[in-house]
Amino acid sequence: MVFGTLISDEMMAANFKGKNQFPSLSHPFGTDWLGRDMFFRTVKGLRNSIVIGTIASLVSSVIAIIVGGLAGTMPKWVDDFVRIAIDLVMGIPHLIFIILISVFVGKGAKGIVIGVALTHWVSLARVIRNEVLQVRNEQYVLISRRFGKNNWYIFKNHMVPIVLPQYIIGLVLMFPHAILHEASVTFLGFGLSPETAAIGIILSESMKYLISGMWHLAVFPGLSLVILVLLINKLGENLTLILNPYLTRE
Amino acid sequence: MKIFNYILTNFVKMIVLVILVCIVTFTLAVNSPIDPIRQYVKAGVTVTVEQREAIAEYWGLNDSKIERFQKWFDSLLHGNFGESTIFRRGVIDVIKDRAVSSLFLMINTFVLSGILGYILGLIMGRYRDSILDKTIKTICIIFTATPTFWVGILMLIIFSVELGLFPIGFSVPIGITNEDVSFYEKVYHAILPIITLTLIFIPNIALHTRSKTIEVLQSDYVLFAIARGENERSIVKNHVIKNTAIPAITILFGSFSEIFGGSVLAENVFSYPGLGSTIVQAGLGGDIPLLLGITIITAIFVFVGNFVSDLLSLFINPMVREEI
Repeated sequence: MVFGTLISDEMMAANFKGKNQFPSLSHPFGTDWLGRDMFFRTVKGLRNSIVIGTIASLVSSVIAIIVGGLAGTMPKWVDDFVRIAIDLVMGIPHLIFIILISVFVGKGAKGIVIGVALTHWVSLARVIRNEVLQVRNEQYVLISRRFGKNNWYIFKNHMVPIVLPQYIIGLVLMFPHAILHEASVTFLGFGLSPETAAIGIILSESMKYLISGMWHLAVFPGLSLVILVLLINKLGENLTLILNPYLTRE
Repeated sequence: MKIFNYILTNFVKMIVLVILVCIVTFTLAVNSPIDPIRQYVKAGVTVTVEQREAIAEYWGLNDSKIERFQKWFDSLLHGNFGESTIFRRGVIDVIKDRAVSSLFLMINTFVLSGILGYILGLIMGRYRDSILDKTIKTICIIFTATPTFWVGILMLIIFSVELGLFPIGFSVPIGITNEDVSFYEKVYHAILPIITLTLIFIPNIALHTRSKTIEVLQSDYVLFAIARGENERSIVKNHVIKNTAIPAITILFGSFSEIFGGSVLAENVFSYPGLGSTIVQAGLGGDIPLLLGITIITAIFVFVGNFVSDLLSLFINPMVREEI
């Protein structure tokens, strides 16, 4: 990501002398029809994806923790309300929901961030709700309440240590979904504008050149996206191992 | 009686959710920056302020939002979704046209990924930690991290460009109207999208079935069956399949909405004229009636899918019946 920020526009500048080159040592991913180096465009695109993915999943996780926390602690009608909201978000396919929002909010990064944030909180909110409900009725919380501890104390000493790891894991696991949705929506033409380097844009442009045999335009950028997502998934798995005391002992 | 009540509650819930989807989408549309009059008139034609006012008055754009929603919802109930501004036809007609192609795509994906995913999951679970298991599992994990449209593009590169086996796009050959296309040709154009979607949806079912199978094989009743001297075939037939089929079916029906989302991408990569490519056209062209129409129809599909899956698990699984 740091590397991506360092890449200036010059490196991606059009160079018509070397256009449509296949991968070589000087251009590991080849060049496109304007002679732009695909490797640098890809890295820049991944960096953009990471930034948008981070913002979107952070916002989404905040929604999740508020909704989940409310559902777990408030009276039952709040819980019912939350459940209907969850069913509602699950009912419209995510992609269509993001398209709707990006059309109505205006295309571009803002639309994607709002769309992804509004669709991805569901599973994490469920997890948090269940955790909070469970912890609230645990023996030690009941005892601590009997000892006269106030809500804040219980929240700080009993809720946070249990819910926080779940939250972090949920956040990391949400991240790949956010990135994949960002790429998909951009690919369909609703996301980032065509000038920005984004994996979705690169791939949808590459579609026009498939027939002329320019396979490298599509293969390498996509592959890097897959690898990025796999790496984040791995990170999430390892975090789960570290943060979950039951699994660590095994 | 309890079962009847349960089904009724779920049914009512489904109706409420559909109404909520209508409300949410309408609210989004009303507050959007897209100007309905300019969309209707299209660029190039200039409208005077008075004409604008006349159209706005005629459409009731000056009414309050709640009044407009009432009118809109009322016409929805009568099956009138308005007129698409890009196709210049009734929204319902457009949707009917496209839905058949989309359904063909999705039903095939549904069945294929269900069956293949389930079988793969059983094999992986049965031969746990073997090389076979590890290979399939790795492939599955890689596919869960892969964007649908990229798989589609790879399919195009391999089968259409390099091997020349399948067409690059359009489910209808150029120069022939939609009605004249033979069934064979439709199927031929649907093959690659179906393969793509199936590949994307197999891992979900397969990985889940795998862990379920392992769970069942480690259970006490299977241990008891082994002790009784049951052979492997009868254990798989009597215990494993019976206990893993239900979760697999539930997951399959639950992924209805994801299959819809996936088909949007696949249809666009292969220029397959279904609901998915239409909604993208509608979105890019600012065609609000069509956009809302497709969203609502899609949501109804998904909710009915969930409802059916609830009913199925009710009738197949005696444990669920006991719980209510």
